[in-house]
Amino acid sequence: MATMNAEPRILRTQAEDTLALEFAAARTDLPGSPAVAAAREAAFANFQKLGLPHRRTEPWRYTDLRALLRTIPPLAQGRAADAVSFEDPLPGLDRARLVVLDGIFRPELSDLSGIDGVTVRPLVDLLRAGDASVGREIATLNDAVVSLNTALMTGGVAIDVPAGVRIERAIEIAHLTSSTVASHVRNIVTIGADASVRILETHLGPADSAYQANIVTEASVGDRAKVVWAKLQTEGEAAVHLGTMAVSIGTETQFDHLTLMTGAAISRSQSFVTYTGENARAGLFGATMVRGKQHADIALGVDHAVPNGSSRELFKAVMDDRAEGVFQGRIVVRPDAQKTDGRMMTQGLLLSEDASFFVKPELEIFADDVQCAHGATSGEIDEDILFYLLSRGIPRPEAETLLVTAFLAEAIEGLGDEAIGYAFEVVSRNWLAARGQEAA
Amino acid sequence: MLEIKNLHASIDGKEILRGVDLVVPTGEVHAIMGPNGSGKSTLSYVLSGRDGYDVTEGEILFDGNDIVEMPAEERASAGVFLAFQYPLEIPGVATMTFLKAALNAQRKARGEAELTTPDFMRRVKVASEKLNVSQEMLRRPLNVGFSGGEKKRNEILQMALLEPKLAILDETDSGLDIDALRVVSEGVNALRSPGRSMLVITHYQRLLDHIVPDKVHVMSAGRIVRTGGPELALELEAKGYADYADEPV
Repeated sequence: MATMNAEPRILRTQAEDTLALEFAAARTDLPGSPAVAAAREAAFANFQKLGLPHRRTEPWRYTDLRALLRTIPPLAQGRAADAVSFEDPLPGLDRARLVVLDGIFRPELSDLSGIDGVTVRPLVDLLRAGDASVGREIATLNDAVVSLNTALMTGGVAIDVPAGVRIERAIEIAHLTSSTVASHVRNIVTIGADASVRILETHLGPADSAYQANIVTEASVGDRAKVVWAKLQTEGEAAVHLGTMAVSIGTETQFDHLTLMTGAAISRSQSFVTYTGENARAGLFGATMVRGKQHADIALGVDHAVPNGSSRELFKAVMDDRAEGVFQGRIVVRPDAQKTDGRMMTQGLLLSEDASFFVKPELEIFADDVQCAHGATSGEIDEDILFYLLSRGIPRPEAETLLVTAFLAEAIEGLGDEAIGYAFEVVSRNWLAARGQEAA
Repeated sequence: MLEIKNLHASIDGKEILRGVDLVVPTGEVHAIMGPNGSGKSTLSYVLSGRDGYDVTEGEILFDGNDIVEMPAEERASAGVFLAFQYPLEIPGVATMTFLKAALNAQRKARGEAELTTPDFMRRVKVASEKLNVSQEMLRRPLNVGFSGGEKKRNEILQMALLEPKLAILDETDSGLDIDALRVVSEGVNALRSPGRSMLVITHYQRLLDHIVPDKVHVMSAGRIVRTGGPELALELEAKGYADYADEPV
């Protein structure tokens, strides 16, 4: 029969159809040089070829966007929402603040004080100029969500920390969403040799809005630079968060990165770290706290492409109610990357019998003189330890809070930045306090 | 202070305590000795309210009130303290944080004001110096990387700060060398007072050379089978538990 040999018909989901229509309608209005326009076309073609990630898309195995993304809200094409205000998720933490609202960098809402020497530009400037740094760090990624971002990106910030510039004040990129839109943000962060900088990435939106945020951040870290980077994902509880970070780190760099995820209905935070110079050290940490029916996925790709690199990965996840946590981590040690030292640990803590944690740590080692290890554990609160606390008179909710805080603290403190660590620990304590109130 | 009447308790359907009768008057120190598997540790857990044990019969009267149904944290606030045979390690929780949480939780439960930080620090300083517990130890995560002796000293420090009415010491001598045993015993003896009762559970007589009890009870097969003065411990040391191994079940 003729149909036996026919190409399988690709059934597009409603969300994929909507995106095709939206791209067709928006393509001529999206900012950028002719080269950028061509890149958008190619990226969208790739997105259409791949489709939304689904269960058989191995890196997205546990986050089936085909099934999870039923609809797509209208694109946030520079809709000029006025300033929105959200409660500061990091009260007391001093920082400069670059506001990206509904996909557009808004200098008039931003505070650039205390970061002299750093250049901040709207992404659209780079797009119009056809700046080669846009797309450089993601060139080798073949990821549908990243391609979609390239096709539809409207704005974001470009931060340039020149060589030798050391900035004490943290620089926050505040991603805000005002209403039920789909935004596509691209940030470009270039950190020069011997520079030192602390970057914060925050994500906020309305509590009751099913908005979708797709953020791709490309960063390059110059030789001997020191970078602390902390991402706080506290999106509105009905939101979809798709965050990607692609960073290359040069010779003798120290790059410490922490992701704390507690917001959104569906979230995915993926980081890709590539070692481009020897003797670089990366510390990659994660803390996930989810409840209700939340789904939070952290994915990590570490590429030891050169010798003598070291990486430490520690990811902790706490799941309550029916929530799902996911961790997928992949460390690749290429044939030349001798003396690589990589250690990855993932730990899940289930606070409810209905919660789940999916873990897939992978090591792919092609060099023979390396020290690499990975481990994963998942379990409930240790009853023996809990009894020890109860036997001292500490009530059960307080005892559980103490233990869960301690569990998460190890990952948060891994960042090695006291002020940011403290502010993030407050976030974790508030999450636990809210849990206690619900139980009461 | 403590009156246990015909206490039966089981875990996973297996009966461990089979009719314990025991009275510890206020201010007295009683020792419970017995062979392994006689139910000594189970008794300590049942008294302190650990989940997982079913009390199927009998009463535990503490200050005249039956506490069988009372959760562990409430018993603690009412004045019951268990010094663990194997104190647990809690990574990420500083010893000082733990001590303060415990002390203030108990004060709150009793309707007392929480301690101010300076007041708390002062109390910790006084108690820790007596027990040779360093400030450095207090800053470390609870019991993490502590030696056996440090862990036991930390248990007694907690007891000193929490000032229980009834202290149950479960095999406090296990894992201690002679010097550590002396420090811990001195710590315990310093806490003997007319208002405080203690139940010292031990397999060996040597602890009772240091903490001399008012009475010694022998436990076997889930019951108290013999009661005597301190000399009973010496007799057990000399003769072993062989006489008690065949107690009827």
